[in-house]
Amino acid sequence: MSALLAASFPLSTWRATIYLVAIIGFVIALKGLSSPRHARRGNLVGAAAALLAIAITFSASSVTHSTRNLGLALGAMALGTAIAVPAARMVKMTAMPQMVAIFNGVGGAAAALVSVTELLHVHSTGVSPATYEVVEAVLGVLIGCVSFAGSAIAFAKLQELMATRPIVYKGQQPINAVVGLGILGLGLAAIVTGSTAYVFGVLGLSLVLGIIFVLPIGGADVPVLISLLNSFTGLAVAASGFTLGNSLLIVAGTLVGASGMLLTRLMSKAMGRSLPNILFSAFGAVVTATGTAEGLDGKAVKSSTPEDVSVLLSYARKVVIVPGYGLAVAQAQHVVKELADSLSAKGVDVFYAIHPVAGRMPGHMNVLLAEANVPYDELKEMDEANPEMPTADVALVVGANDTVNPAAVDSPGSPIYGMPIIHADQAQHIVFLKRSMRPGFAGIDNALLFDDKTVLLFGDAKDTLQKLVAAVAVA
Amino acid sequence: MTGFVWFLTVFVLAAFVGYEVISKVPSILHTPLMSGSNAIHGIVLVGSLFIMGEATGTAQVVLGFVAVFLATLNVVGGFVVTDRMLEMFKAKPDNRPAAPPAASPASLSSDGKPGAGTP
Repeated sequence: MSALLAASFPLSTWRATIYLVAIIGFVIALKGLSSPRHARRGNLVGAAAALLAIAITFSASSVTHSTRNLGLALGAMALGTAIAVPAARMVKMTAMPQMVAIFNGVGGAAAALVSVTELLHVHSTGVSPATYEVVEAVLGVLIGCVSFAGSAIAFAKLQELMATRPIVYKGQQPINAVVGLGILGLGLAAIVTGSTAYVFGVLGLSLVLGIIFVLPIGGADVPVLISLLNSFTGLAVAASGFTLGNSLLIVAGTLVGASGMLLTRLMSKAMGRSLPNILFSAFGAVVTATGTAEGLDGKAVKSSTPEDVSVLLSYARKVVIVPGYGLAVAQAQHVVKELADSLSAKGVDVFYAIHPVAGRMPGHMNVLLAEANVPYDELKEMDEANPEMPTADVALVVGANDTVNPAAVDSPGSPIYGMPIIHADQAQHIVFLKRSMRPGFAGIDNALLFDDKTVLLFGDAKDTLQKLVAAVAVA
Repeated sequence: MTGFVWFLTVFVLAAFVGYEVISKVPSILHTPLMSGSNAIHGIVLVGSLFIMGEATGTAQVVLGFVAVFLATLNVVGGFVVTDRMLEMFKAKPDNRPAAPPAASPASLSSDGKPGAGTP
C-alpha cells in the first residue's frame, strides 16, 4: 500500500497528524450533539474538522501531481458545492428526511466508487492486489451500493413517488436468495482471481440488492431504514478507508457506522419491535390496509366544527397536542404554536406529546416545532407525557394517526401491535385534525377515530388550525 | 499485512468510541444526529481526492470525478442542512419574537459552510 510506504516521509506524517486532529473534531462533534445547548457548536466543530482534513489532503503530491486531475477534482468540488448549498438551504423542513436520504445515498455511492477505482488503479500499475485488498474493495462496493440504491428507494417512498407501503411480490424470498448468492459467488470469484470484472459484477448486483432489500420495508418503518442505511454508508466509508490505507476514513466511517447502528436500535425499541422484525416481517406477511372490523361494524365518525372545538379547548384546563406527519405536510408548525399561545394566554395548560417516531424521522417533530420557536421544554417525550394523559381534558391530534392507534395495545393481529403509543385515548376528549379518512403511513385503520369521545375536524391542518385560532380568540 | 491488522485495531476501537459517544443523545436530537453523522461520513471526499489524483486512464478519471462530486454533495450538504436544523433549537422563550418568523429561515448566510473555499 502506497500510503504505508509513504509513512516514513515527514510530510505525510504531518498530514496524518492533522487527520488525527480532524478525528478528534468528529468525536467532539458527535459528543456536542448530545445536548441541545452544544449541538450547533458541535456541528460547526465537525464542519471545521472536515474542512481542515480536506484542505490538508491537497498537501499530498499524489493528489496534486497531475494538473489535469487536480483541476477536475477542484471542478467536481465546486460543482458539488454549488448544488449542495442551495439544496440544503432551500429544502423545506418537511422534506428533511428525503434530503438526508439523498446525502446519505451519494456518500455510499462515493465510497463504492473509491473502492472500485482504487482497485482499478492498482491493476493499472501492473501490481496484482493482495487478497485482503480485494476483500476490502468488495465489501466497500457491496455496502456502498446497497446504501446508495436503498437510499434512492427510501427517497422515492418518502417523496411519495412510489407506494409508501411495504411492497411484497411472489417469489420475493427466492429472488433475494438468488441475488445474495450471486453477490457471494462473484465476490469470491473476485477474491480468488483478483479480476475487477467480477467486482463490477458485485457492483451491479449490489444495486439490485439495495432495491429489493428496501422495497418490502414501508410505512412507519422508513425512518428506521434511513438510520440503518446511514450506518451502512459509514461502514462503506470505513471499508474504502481500508482499501486506501487511510485511518481518517476508517475512524470517521466507523464512528458513523456505530452511531447509526445504535440509533437504529433505539428507534426499533421505541416501536416495540426488533430490528430483524422491522427489516424482514413484510416478507410473506399480509399487511391489511383497509376494511378492518372497526371500519365496518356500523360506527360512524363524528365530524365537528372549529367553533365547537374552540369552545372545548378554551374551557379546558389541560390540552395535550399530539403532532404527527400531517403537521409537517401542512407546514402548520407556526399556526399550532399560535393556537397553543392563545390557549396559554387564557390560562390553559398546554404541552406537546412527542412520539419517538412521529413524523418520518426520529426527532422530526422536535425540529419542526423548534422552527416555530416552540421552546423544547414544552415538548414532552412519550414516557413523560403518557402519565398525564388521563388528566388531560383534550388531546388535540394534529396529523398523527399510527402513533395514537390503540390497536398497538389491544389488537394482537395488528402490524403495529406492541408499538408503544401516546395514550390519547385516555384523555376526556379527543380531537383529530385530519385531511381525510385515509389510513396513516402504516396503512391500517384506527379505532380511536370511531370512539365516542372523539370528534374529527376534516381539512388541511393549517387551515383548520387557523380557523381554530380565530375561533378561540372570540370564544 | 501488519498494516491491515493495525487498521483493524483502529476500526474496532473506533466502533467502541462511536457507540459510547452516541449513547447519551436525547431523542429530541436524533434527527440532527442522523444528519450530522451523515455529514461526517462525507469525509469520504478525502479518499475520493486521493483516487482522483492518482487516476490514470479515462475510466478511473471519470469514476474519480463522479466520486469527488458525490462526496462533496454529501459533506457540504450534510453540514449545512444539520446547521439549519440546529439553529432552530432554542431554550426558553426569553425574548419573544416581535414578528412571526418567516416560513423559510433564510437568516443564516455565511457560517457553517465547509469545503466551499478549499484551495
